Amino acid sequence: MKILVCISHVPDTTSKINFTDGDTKFDTNGVQFVINPNDEFGLTRAMWFKEKQGANVDVVTVGGKDTEPTIRKSLAIGADQAIRVDTEAKDGYQVAKELAVIAKDGNYDLIIAGRESIDYNGGMVPGMLAKLIGANFINTCVGLEVEGDKATAIREIDGGKETLTSSLPLVIGGQKGLVEESDLKIPNMRGIMMARKKPLKVVEASVSELSTEAKQFSKPAPKGDVKLVDAENIDELINLLHNEAKAI
Amino acid sequence: MKPKPYKKIDMSVLVYTESENGKFKKAALEAASYAKSVADQLNTEAIAISFNAESANDLGAYGISKVKNLANDSFTKFNVEAYAEVISEIAKEENSKVIVISQSANAKYLAPLLAINLEAGYVSNVVELPKVDNEFTVKRTAFTNKAFNITSIHTNVKIIGVSSNAFGVHENQVDIEVVNYETGVVVNNSGITVESVDKNTDKVSIADAEIVVSGGRGLKGPENWNLIEDLASTLGAATACSKPVSDMGWRPHSEHVGQTGKPVASNLYIAIGISGAIQHLAGINASKTKVVVNSDPEAPFFKAADYGIVGDAFEVIPKLTEKLKEFKANNA
Repeated sequence: MKILVCISHVPDTTSKINFTDGDTKFDTNGVQFVINPNDEFGLTRAMWFKEKQGANVDVVTVGGKDTEPTIRKSLAIGADQAIRVDTEAKDGYQVAKELAVIAKDGNYDLIIAGRESIDYNGGMVPGMLAKLIGANFINTCVGLEVEGDKATAIREIDGGKETLTSSLPLVIGGQKGLVEESDLKIPNMRGIMMARKKPLKVVEASVSELSTEAKQFSKPAPKGDVKLVDAENIDELINLLHNEAKAI
Repeated sequence: MKPKPYKKIDMSVLVYTESENGKFKKAALEAASYAKSVADQLNTEAIAISFNAESANDLGAYGISKVKNLANDSFTKFNVEAYAEVISEIAKEENSKVIVISQSANAKYLAPLLAINLEAGYVSNVVELPKVDNEFTVKRTAFTNKAFNITSIHTNVKIIGVSSNAFGVHENQVDIEVVNYETGVVVNNSGITVESVDKNTDKVSIADAEIVVSGGRGLKGPENWNLIEDLASTLGAATACSKPVSDMGWRPHSEHVGQTGKPVASNLYIAIGISGAIQHLAGINASKTKVVVNSDPEAPFFKAADYGIVGDAFEVIPKLTEKLKEFKANNA
């Protein structure tokens, strides 16, 4: 089985979010970048397929040279080969089209992406990629098994779960549940050393047009102070929720 | 209202109005209300597509002037490919230039497929009506509610995913025509089969809930979750939890809310024994009113909340539940 895992290079979940250039660009100053958490669950599941079923695992990212430490980390975790499409990721459609070129070229059975990246939260790349290459698509995937040419997946739906079967090739939008948090791998020294020798192929971008364009950023207005209610005065809280907030 | 920059031309705004067991979801009515307002901006009409809706003409109350309802048993289970095909088919028939969807799990699942089918630009998590002056722009959340972004859409056909509870449901009665839609799209042609659906029907889901009651490590163990559940059932609320609680296996992952869990955009969010890590706060930030109960007055959640009680959850919550029962009885 050939697996491609799509990796987004995103600011760590604890990052302070600020903007520069007249609020048109994310301020990377002092920000630690990581593998997008939704992708990391998928990468770890791919490692399971590698260990148990002998799968071959490639990783791909769309981004500039600054994203290489993130993709190297995926190699240190155990991926066999990395591909970087050398262009700034600006729009979900653009990224999906770049990934489609790589996906078609590599003839993968299974493509694992994250449900969404935690920076732009677009949630569109996996579905667009699937449609572009004519593969099946399962989103918000919290469980995945592959036997021969058939996959069984669990999709999280509003208020429950759904079990689906799919032929291959299949693209999934993964998230926590694919593996447990405690299964996530921290690269060890041997993995880091080996990653240095593994191939990291840089590919030229092929897409130029954007369907959408991120312009001005802003931050939510600062919130007023919390109103503290005495623990002995629950009636006051109910009164505030009913008459002031109109929430009950 | 902005001046209307377009003359009435042969185009429309299309909204996918999702139903469950034949009934429209609240998010669908919100999407319909949004679609009507966009249609007004563009001086055209708002048309809806529904699958197996029992009373499709209810959408007239939200400004929909025509609904195409597909009554077909093979579409009872949501099938992403087939649904996307049908919606694309109708978008082409009706020359829809703007397509509005909610941000339910199913809507988010099908939107990217729709975008490719229709060569449309798609923007998710939109919180306001678009601006349609020189270019078409929408305001959306980014960095998991830590910021907003104005995004312009360049394509001829545009897909807007409207965030839950951002725009609201607005009544706006118009005359409505209900069309029984028939399609050549066949569900079985899809490579994906829905084998089974496991849905908790007696509990409200986090996505659909007006009120969410959420518990953290302060509850000390899964055996104490009756406190959360009693309060939630009193309020008709969904139950949720913080990341450590789901990581420790006290509660299922499906209840984990936060940056890497589910987003919450409820009217009221009550956090009990949750300190308020930045990732948690990001995920629940879109909720309108936030209440925190925590024994630690230094807990970061107090900076994000509207109302707070410094106190022991084991004392405060049973009292709150009792008082709310009385309140409900008196205000029924």
